Amino acid sequence: MLAESLALSAVLFTIGAIGVLTRRNAIMIFMCVELMLNAVNLTFVAVSKVYGMAGQVFVFFVMTVAAAEAAVGLAIIIAVFRHRQTVNLENINLLKG
Amino acid sequence: MLLQEATALSHPLSGSIAELVWLIPLLPFIGFLINGWLSIAPAYHRGPRDPSANGHHGAAHGDEHAHDASGGAHGDDHHAVVRHKYAALVSVIGPAVLLLSFGLTVAILMAMLGVSREAPFVRTLFSWIPAGDLHVDAALQVDPLSMVMTLVVTGVGALIHLFSVGYMQDDPGYPRYFAYLNLFVSFMLVLVLGASYPVLFVGWEGVGLCSYLLIGFWFTDKANADAGKKAFIVNRIGDFGFLVAMFLMFANFGVLDFAGVSAAVAGSGLNTPLVTTICLFLFLGCVGKSAQIPLYVWLPDAMAGPTPVSALIHAATMVTAGVYLIARSAFLFSLSPSAQLTVAFIGALTALFAATIGLKQWDIKRVLAYSTVSQLGYMFVGVGVGAYVAGMFHLVTHAFFKALLFLGSGSVIFAMHRAYHATHRHDDAQDMRNMGGLRRYMPITFVLMWIATLAIAGIPLFAGFFSKDEILGAVFARAGESTLAQTPWLGIPGSALLYLIYAMGLATALLTAIYMTRMMLYTFHGPSRAGGAEQSHLAEAPWIMTGPLVILGVLSVFGGWLNLPELLPLGPVGMLEHWLEPVVGPATAAVTGGGGHVSHGTEWVLIGVAVAIAALGIIIANVRLKPERLVPKVNAPPEQGIERVLANKYYVDEIYDALIVRPILWVSRNILAKGIDEGLIDKVFVTWIGAGIPRLLGWVGSRLESGQVGTYAWVLLIGVLAVLGAFTIR
Repeated sequence: MLAESLALSAVLFTIGAIGVLTRRNAIMIFMCVELMLNAVNLTFVAVSKVYGMAGQVFVFFVMTVAAAEAAVGLAIIIAVFRHRQTVNLENINLLKG
Repeated sequence: MLLQEATALSHPLSGSIAELVWLIPLLPFIGFLINGWLSIAPAYHRGPRDPSANGHHGAAHGDEHAHDASGGAHGDDHHAVVRHKYAALVSVIGPAVLLLSFGLTVAILMAMLGVSREAPFVRTLFSWIPAGDLHVDAALQVDPLSMVMTLVVTGVGALIHLFSVGYMQDDPGYPRYFAYLNLFVSFMLVLVLGASYPVLFVGWEGVGLCSYLLIGFWFTDKANADAGKKAFIVNRIGDFGFLVAMFLMFANFGVLDFAGVSAAVAGSGLNTPLVTTICLFLFLGCVGKSAQIPLYVWLPDAMAGPTPVSALIHAATMVTAGVYLIARSAFLFSLSPSAQLTVAFIGALTALFAATIGLKQWDIKRVLAYSTVSQLGYMFVGVGVGAYVAGMFHLVTHAFFKALLFLGSGSVIFAMHRAYHATHRHDDAQDMRNMGGLRRYMPITFVLMWIATLAIAGIPLFAGFFSKDEILGAVFARAGESTLAQTPWLGIPGSALLYLIYAMGLATALLTAIYMTRMMLYTFHGPSRAGGAEQSHLAEAPWIMTGPLVILGVLSVFGGWLNLPELLPLGPVGMLEHWLEPVVGPATAAVTGGGGHVSHGTEWVLIGVAVAIAALGIIIANVRLKPERLVPKVNAPPEQGIERVLANKYYVDEIYDALIVRPILWVSRNILAKGIDEGLIDKVFVTWIGAGIPRLLGWVGSRLESGQVGTYAWVLLIGVLAVLGAFTIR
C-alpha cells in the first residue's frame, strides 16, 4: 500500500513539476504548484501510516500555507492582469538584467 | 642569566646603596612627567601661548633671531615679558631631580670605593624580552665605566640645567623645555647604565628622540624643524648599523648582555671576520650618533636648538655615546685590529676635516659645533688605538671645557640678543662679525672662555692638555709596538697608518688652537662692532648663568688631575686608569701585548711637540688675524677662493644633496610613486584586478537574470536535483 501511494505521489509531483516548467500561463503554473503540494501531502499521509501521526499534522500545515498562498498568488495574478492585460509569463520579464 | 644572578648575589655591592641605581634614571623621568604636565596643564593663562603665534615675547630666545630674517611681526608688547605661570615651580623641579641623581651617583661611587670592583654589579629589575632563545632583562650595570659616564651626565647636566633657568627664563615654552631636557637625561642615564645592548639601545634611541625635540624646540621656524628632522634621519642610518650588530651578536652568541657577550667572545677563540663585522656595524652606529665622517652633517645644523641644549646634548653627553659604546665593547674591538684601525682612521680624518671647516665659520656656535666634531674624532682615535682610558679621559675633560665654551657662547648670545632686543634691531646675535670687544662688558665670561680655549688648545696644566696628550702619546706608542702596528689596513701597514694618524692629530691640534683663538679674538677682543646704541645694553648674564660657568671653569683647569701622567706627578698619578682598569684593562693589554710603552725621553719630546704646536697655533692666530679690520655681517664682503670653500663647509651638504637626497627623491617620485604606486598598484591592482574582476562577475550575473520565470524554475530544479544528487551519492 505504501509503495503504491508513494508511486502515485511521485507521478503527481512530476506532472506538477513538468507543468510548472513548460506552461506559460500563470494560472496553469499556479495550479501545477498546487498539484505538487498535494503530491507532497499524499506522501506525508502515506508515510505517517508507518512512522506515526506527525506526518498528518504536517499535512494541515501544508494545506494552511497552500490556502494562504492561493489567496496571495491569485491576488497577484489579478493585479498583473489588470496592469498588463495578460497573464502570459513570456511577456512579463521586468527582472531581466 | 644564571651566571649573572650568581654574580649579583655574591657581589660585594649587593645590599648596598647601589641597589637603588634604578632611581638615577627614574628621578629625571619623574621630573619629565611633572614638567610635561605643567606645560600642557594650563589651558588658559595670562602669559603668551606656546608656541607664541606672533614670534617671540621674551628676551631670552637666544637663537631665534638667527634664522628670523624677516622678524617684523613684533607687536607693542615688546617689553611686556610675561613669564610662564609655573616658571618658578619648573625652575625648582628641573634642576633638582638632576642634583638628586648626582647625589645618588656620588653615594654609589663612595660605596664602590671600599669594595672590589673586578666584576660589574648588575641590578636586574624585571625580565624584559623572554622570547624563546632570546632573553633580555631590564637590568642596570654599575661598574667603573658606567659610573664615570653617570657622573659626567648628571654633574654637567645639573650645571647646564641651572644655566638654562637663566637662559630660558622668558621663553613661553619654559616647562616644555625642561620636560624635554629631563627626559633626555633620563634616557642618557639608561644608555650609560644599561647592562645589555638592547637596554643601551633604548637609551640610544631615546636620546635621539629628545635631540630631535630640542633641536626643533622653536619649531615655528621651519629651519629649526628641518634641522631636527635632519638629525633624526641621519641618525637612523647609524642605528641600522647598531641593530645589525645586535642581530649578529644574537645569531652567533645567543646573548646580548655585556657580560654574556664578553664571555662568549673570550671562549669562542678568534673568529676575526665575524668580530670585525660586528665591530664595524657597531661603529656605524657610533658614526651616526657621534657625528663622524660621513654622517657628521647633522651636528652643525643641530645648533638650531637653544644653546644649553647644544652644550648638554651636542657637546658634553649624547654625542659621546659612540665613544662610550666602543669603550663598553672594548672586549670585542680588541679582538679585531682592522676594525680598530678603521675607528682610529675615521676619527683622525674627522678631526682634521672638521677643524679645517671650523677655521672659517662666522657663527660662534658653528665654530664650536665643528670643534665638537673634531674633538669627537680625537676620542675615536683614542678608543680606536685601544687607549680606552685616554679616550674616556678626553671625553670627560671635553665635557667640561666644551660645555663651558657652549654655555659661555650662550652667555654672549644672551647678551647680544638682549642688546638687540632693547634697541629693536633685528640682526644676527650669533655672528662673530657683529660682536667684538665683549671683554669690556662680560669680564667673567671672557676669562672663563679663555680658560676653556686654552684647555681645548692643549696648553699645559689645563684639562685638555693631559687628555689630548695621552691620546697622541698612545697613538705614537702603538705605532711602535702593538698588535695594531702589525696589521695591514687596506694594504697600508698598520704602523705607517698610525704614524699618519699621529701626524693628523698634531695638525688638528694646530688648527684647533688657531680657530679657537680666532673665535676668542673676534668675540672678545678688538673694537666693538655692535653699534653705539647696543653697546650701552651689553652686560654680563645673571649669576644663575655665570655660576655654572665658574664651576665648569674650575673643572676645565683641574680636570686633568683625574689622570695625571707619570711624567708630571702633580698629584695621584693615573687615577682614572686605575679606576677603569677592571673594565678596559684586559682589552688594552690585548692591544699593547704588554709592551707599547715609549721611553720617558721620547715622551718628553712628544709633549714638547704638542705644546709647541698648540702655542704656535695661538701665536699664528694672534699675528695673522686682525679683529679691528672686521666689518659687521651686513657689510661683509663674500669670501674668495679656499676661504669660500671652507666657509661653505666644503659644500658637503650640497654634495650629499646631489648624490643622495636628489637621486632618492627622483627614485621616489618617478619609480616608486609613478611606477609602483600609480602604475602597478593603482592600475594593475586597483583598476584591473580590484575593479575589473567584479565588473566581469557582475556582467556574467546580469546575463543570468533573464527575467523569464521558466528559466528560474529550470535553474531551481537543476539546483534541487544537484543537492539531492550530492546527498545521494555521498
